[in-house]
Amino acid sequence: MAKTANSVLVDMTRCIGCRGCQIACKAWNERSARKTVMYGNFTNPTDLNSDCFTNVRFVENGNGKTPVWSFVKNQCLHCQDPSCASVCPVAAFRKSDEGPVTYDYERCIGCRYCMLACPFEVPKYEWEKLLPAVQKCTFCAERIQDGLLPSCIKTCPTKTMFFGKREDVVAEAKRRIASAPGKYVNHVYGIEEAGGTSWLYISSVPFGELGFNMDVPKVQLPGLTWSYISSIPAVIGVVLVAGVGSWVVTRRNEVKEKEGGKEDRP
Amino acid sequence: MKTNNTGNDIRMWTPATAAMVLVMLAGLGVMVYRLISGLGASTHLNDNFPWGIWLAVDVLGGVAMAAGGFIIASMVYLFNMKKYKPITRPAILTAFIGYLLAIVAIIMDIGQPHRIWHPAVMWQIRSVMWVVAIHVMLYTTTLALEFSPMLFERLGWHGAVKTVQKIMVPVVLFGALLSVLHQSSLGAVFLIVPGKLSPFWYNSKLPFLFLVSAVMMGLSMVSLETILSARIFRHPVDMGIFTGLARALAGVALFYFVLKMYFLVTGPGVAAVFSGSMEANMYLIEMALSVILPLALLLGTKMKESLSGLLFIDVLVIAGVLINRLNVGIFGLYRHNATNGQTYFPSWMEFAVTFALIALAFFIFKMAARHLPLLSSETASEH
Repeated sequence: MAKTANSVLVDMTRCIGCRGCQIACKAWNERSARKTVMYGNFTNPTDLNSDCFTNVRFVENGNGKTPVWSFVKNQCLHCQDPSCASVCPVAAFRKSDEGPVTYDYERCIGCRYCMLACPFEVPKYEWEKLLPAVQKCTFCAERIQDGLLPSCIKTCPTKTMFFGKREDVVAEAKRRIASAPGKYVNHVYGIEEAGGTSWLYISSVPFGELGFNMDVPKVQLPGLTWSYISSIPAVIGVVLVAGVGSWVVTRRNEVKEKEGGKEDRP
Repeated sequence: MKTNNTGNDIRMWTPATAAMVLVMLAGLGVMVYRLISGLGASTHLNDNFPWGIWLAVDVLGGVAMAAGGFIIASMVYLFNMKKYKPITRPAILTAFIGYLLAIVAIIMDIGQPHRIWHPAVMWQIRSVMWVVAIHVMLYTTTLALEFSPMLFERLGWHGAVKTVQKIMVPVVLFGALLSVLHQSSLGAVFLIVPGKLSPFWYNSKLPFLFLVSAVMMGLSMVSLETILSARIFRHPVDMGIFTGLARALAGVALFYFVLKMYFLVTGPGVAAVFSGSMEANMYLIEMALSVILPLALLLGTKMKESLSGLLFIDVLVIAGVLINRLNVGIFGLYRHNATNGQTYFPSWMEFAVTFALIALAFFIFKMAARHLPLLSSETASEH
């Protein structure tokens, strides 16, 4: 599944920070606008929220006299083995064969374990609503099913995003890094992070300086909880054997005591 | 016979009870407000802090407090330790109350309270939360069954009492199984956040640590409530029960201390404890209250020989394990969650609900002591 699933390469050297993707995303997903405030940076809004599935982070790396701007498109990375899908008690989150990690509001009980578990802090909650939904980038799953590009990719004027099957996207990322020596950092973010993501990044600035989470484990996180869950049958066996065993033994001792005339109860 | 078993001589209205009722009424009002206005209006939870004190204190803490139920029931019914028979009913009632309150807290905390039954039909065996949900449902049912003889006796349904007593051993075994799994599963919930939870608390054996600390908390709760009810309801209890519980507590606490030290040395290292960071200080407070002080008092002083001394030790352990749940659920995650500037401090409404649930626990216990054959040492079906 993983190899044929859709994937995206974000080549951050191509992004000009126009934020057309933010607008296209909001329009296609019919998310309402929120009032924001000027706080000394051009990133707006500062974080993803339940009405904002993607934003462009403006990062200034001024080493010396001229500031160097980097623009980081930020959205759900659509992990290949997503934590959100594994932790959801009612399977509201699922990884589809086409690549998108989808959410089914009708199943959701609102426990928000997905928000805790996501290594990239992507799922956001409609706190202000009485019956809130979890919201995040959908990878435009319906558009992909209809053979269309996701709306952010469709609208991007500089072709910052390269859309394709994952193995082609990985190959393209490596080809770009190899074909322009010195231009890129030799790292494709998302090949190993969280055990592999559908959205991959290449950059000319080290990822750590761009606010990327460099502490994300390089393993598929659901394995951590599965190692516990898969041990449950063994625990059941041990507790049952120990419980029944001690009951049988202590019962037998009691019967013996009674037979031996040591019984002291009326 | 049986009517003598109930505590009809317990006074209904005391200043403490009146205070409890007031706290409960205030909490009830807040709960109604939360159900008609939503989480955003009633809590300070936000996108960076999706879980707050309703989860860390009411659910994680409440369930840990309930561990006494399966421990005492197993000791009496599976290990045949008859000495503890007189405290079986209070222990089971405490567990039942603990789970009922955790369920109320969950109803308050989840965004879609009316869908609380979804995990029962929408299975997802890869999810620890699903495992937790199934355990809550099954174990609460089991506890209701373990509790039912008290009610049946009061109602005079002797046939029903006998029927339940007949199946009690398998029911207790099933309950013990569910408890062991549920206590450890609550720790397993946090296995998926290695990069977020501070290394003071994150390690691959978190489920086992939750189980062992819940046993400590359970033993302390049973000891505490037996001492308190013996005093308040003037109900005589054999001192041997308390010293037995204290000995068990000392053993489990010693084991827990060794475990915690092992994970400290192999994890963040001993030096990290004295770094002065918020996590280090919370870890120190937790360790001092939950194991170091209780162990020192239990092993090195004569405190375990007096009820007041034991009461003090029980309070230390309960507070310490509660702080452990707060550390895992909130403080250990705080630094990571606050990286982009958002913070979390519970709203007054979150506090009001938490206090109301604690008051409700005491109130139900008192009402049960007054109206049910709770503190009786013999049951109607025994010969």
